[in-house]
Amino acid sequence: MQFLSHRLANGLEIVCEANPHAYSAAYGFFVKTGARDENDNIAGVSHFLEHMVFKGTPKRSAAEVNLQLDDLSSQSNAYTSEEQTVYYATTLPEDQAPLVELLADIMRPALREDDFETEKQVILEEIAKYEDQPPYNAHEKLLSLLLGSHPLARSILGTVESIEALQRDQMLAYFERRYSPANIVLAAAGAVDFPKLIEQVENLCGSWPAFEAPRETPVPTPVHHTRIIAKPQAAQEYLVLGSLGPGANDEDRYAARVLSMILGDESGSRLFWELVDTGLVEYAALSLQEYQGMGVFMTSLSCTPEEAAGNLARVREIYAAAEKDGLTEEELTQAKNKICAHLVLQAERPTSRMFSVGHGWIQRRQYRTIREAVAGYRAVELSDLARILQRYPLSDFATVAIGPLEKLE
Amino acid sequence: MAPQKTFQHVFANGLTLVAEEMDWLESAAFTLLMPAGCQYETPAQSGLGSLTCEMVQRGAGTRDSRQFVSDLENLGADTSANVSGNHTSFGGAMPAESLEQVLAIYAECVLEPHFPADQFDDAQSLCIQEARSLEDDLAHRLMIEARQRFYAEPFGRSSTGTVVALESLQLDDVQEFYKKCYRPQNAILAVAGKIDWPKLRDQVGQIFADWQGSNDTKLREVPPPRGYRHIMADSQQVHLTVAFPSPSYREPDYFQMRGAIGVLSDGMSSRLFTEVREKRGLCYTVYASCHSLRDRGGVFTYAGTTAERAQETLDVLWQEILRLYDGVEEDELARLKRRIKRSLIIQQESSTSRAGSLAADWFYLGRLRPVDELRNIIDSLSQKSINHYLAGHPPRDLSAVTLGPQPLEMPNAVS
Repeated sequence: MQFLSHRLANGLEIVCEANPHAYSAAYGFFVKTGARDENDNIAGVSHFLEHMVFKGTPKRSAAEVNLQLDDLSSQSNAYTSEEQTVYYATTLPEDQAPLVELLADIMRPALREDDFETEKQVILEEIAKYEDQPPYNAHEKLLSLLLGSHPLARSILGTVESIEALQRDQMLAYFERRYSPANIVLAAAGAVDFPKLIEQVENLCGSWPAFEAPRETPVPTPVHHTRIIAKPQAAQEYLVLGSLGPGANDEDRYAARVLSMILGDESGSRLFWELVDTGLVEYAALSLQEYQGMGVFMTSLSCTPEEAAGNLARVREIYAAAEKDGLTEEELTQAKNKICAHLVLQAERPTSRMFSVGHGWIQRRQYRTIREAVAGYRAVELSDLARILQRYPLSDFATVAIGPLEKLE
Repeated sequence: MAPQKTFQHVFANGLTLVAEEMDWLESAAFTLLMPAGCQYETPAQSGLGSLTCEMVQRGAGTRDSRQFVSDLENLGADTSANVSGNHTSFGGAMPAESLEQVLAIYAECVLEPHFPADQFDDAQSLCIQEARSLEDDLAHRLMIEARQRFYAEPFGRSSTGTVVALESLQLDDVQEFYKKCYRPQNAILAVAGKIDWPKLRDQVGQIFADWQGSNDTKLREVPPPRGYRHIMADSQQVHLTVAFPSPSYREPDYFQMRGAIGVLSDGMSSRLFTEVREKRGLCYTVYASCHSLRDRGGVFTYAGTTAERAQETLDVLWQEILRLYDGVEEDELARLKRRIKRSLIIQQESSTSRAGSLAADWFYLGRLRPVDELRNIIDSLSQKSINHYLAGHPPRDLSAVTLGPQPLEMPNAVS
């Protein structure tokens, strides 16, 4: 595998992990924009725009985009997070040229008014779907509670009110403020013809006008309150707990991921043995959400309402014990083995590598080989975990509970 | 595409080992299917298969449950366990050098489970939690009811079970289910990835040598109710499904129907996505898929939409089902065929996906179907062949389920 990169004069960067032995090739446009770059008047616009990108360009109708994407790829989709919007597709090497032409074209969408109004209904349906589906957007509600007015507290989908009120011109203005080539990375992995890719992208994207697309990264002031949202029709209680952790640029992120695996992986972790294995919860896991400038340790649980308060206390005790007594060498080794084996499996899939390469570049302008990543995890020591727990104590957190309960005690 | 290297061996105890060597990979993956699906429970024991599956992983052979988990994780195995109507299955992907040890661990699970009495309450409670969580997952609940209505007992049963049945189960029930169902006759072990076939065959023969017996349970079938049922729920969206019969995977006509349903639902340019979502904005999720049991199958459609637009969504969905039976177009079929063939090539990057395909082939067909043969079948599909099939098999014996704040008006063909 070989790492290759190229920068266009307008700032668009192409990064690629080429693997001539792969059967497939994966391509993704990573736009450094998301819910955190919005304001109240345009809440949900990043995600809505992601949908509109598939609705046609000056030279293609929406139906043509769908039809050609289906015809040129085995898998294609897009997603929006708090800080990224990503459009991607996987195909066979011989279809690189037409697929990249299509992906590049849709990155300059027409945003037609009638498509905008129809798609608005789909977005409203998506909001209704997640309001009906456990854990009922508890993660967004937790970020909002923990971070208050910080940009990372913003909802990705927006609200029914904000989406209904949104105008096509507001979306266009957002596009013109955020979709600068200097704010976009094209990541590729697998059986990629890189010289041809450069030539093609120069032709297709070289004329995109460049402009500054700055992002505000204020320091968060987290509050550890508890919010209980009664949902009487739910059978289970859904809890999400959160506190700050290392961010995407923090060198401690490898150690922090190992720590969250030891404490809260879905299998074999302390939460697993104390809560899942014993049947006290249906689900319990801890993960680190890494953002620019900050991270959030997030714990999710689902359990019977009767056990909710007890489980909350148990989680706090599990974390407090780790802070006080530390972790063990056996746990550390097991977590490292698990993570490193996963990296090896991931290396076989160009699509997973494309995400990894694109994500690393847009967050850190950094590429790491699988070998370097493995070495990074292998180097983690117990003292690193202790340091993280000291900097970011897990036993004190904000809590969101959604379910039949009206109070948590 | 590299020429396929597949292998098969049936051991004296009835266990079949099927394998595919993919020497360009560093990983290996396996799937073990045992004839221990939830269809072998009695209705009063609903959830027993899942509880048994949970209990066999709580200590076996030389390991207690903690050792079991930590050994697998240290070997880098990403594992799963699942109960379907037909099978209890274990599976996993791992660096190829771990395969031998991981298989040995699972052989102990299958042959020498401890069934620790002091863990029974925990395992039972976990299964009850899962059944309760299902009550909140409305789309999943809908599809479980759809299977029940379409296939009936015992084939339509859900492996999650019911809280009432799970609460009544005892450790004895688990041990009996294990004795009856965790048997090598008709069990299938599929392995794909970087493997050494002679070595694998010898090892599997050795570690499963003491496994004996067959699951001889006679299943009692109940005729399916079909027709329409509404389930009241206090939700924003109405979830709806319409189902109708289609050939099982083993029938020659399976791919005619699969081609037709591909036109209806595969990809963003498919008819359902275009008509229901793109043109009318009626929903976020809409699909149709072919489901297959060993000797029968069904097409299950789904849409989730807010209450005030649910009737229109159903009407458009139904119109599209009817329009499908008027025939598919040449260009939509050509696109679908290219798409499927592209996926067949890319599947070679995944040992997990190949192991799953090998196991499914053996279960449905009793043989391995070479990828070349599959490609030929796809090539041979034509507008004429699909439309001929559709014309001869109009939708009948339909069933429909809706879940939400209000029932819908069903087409006459359903009610």
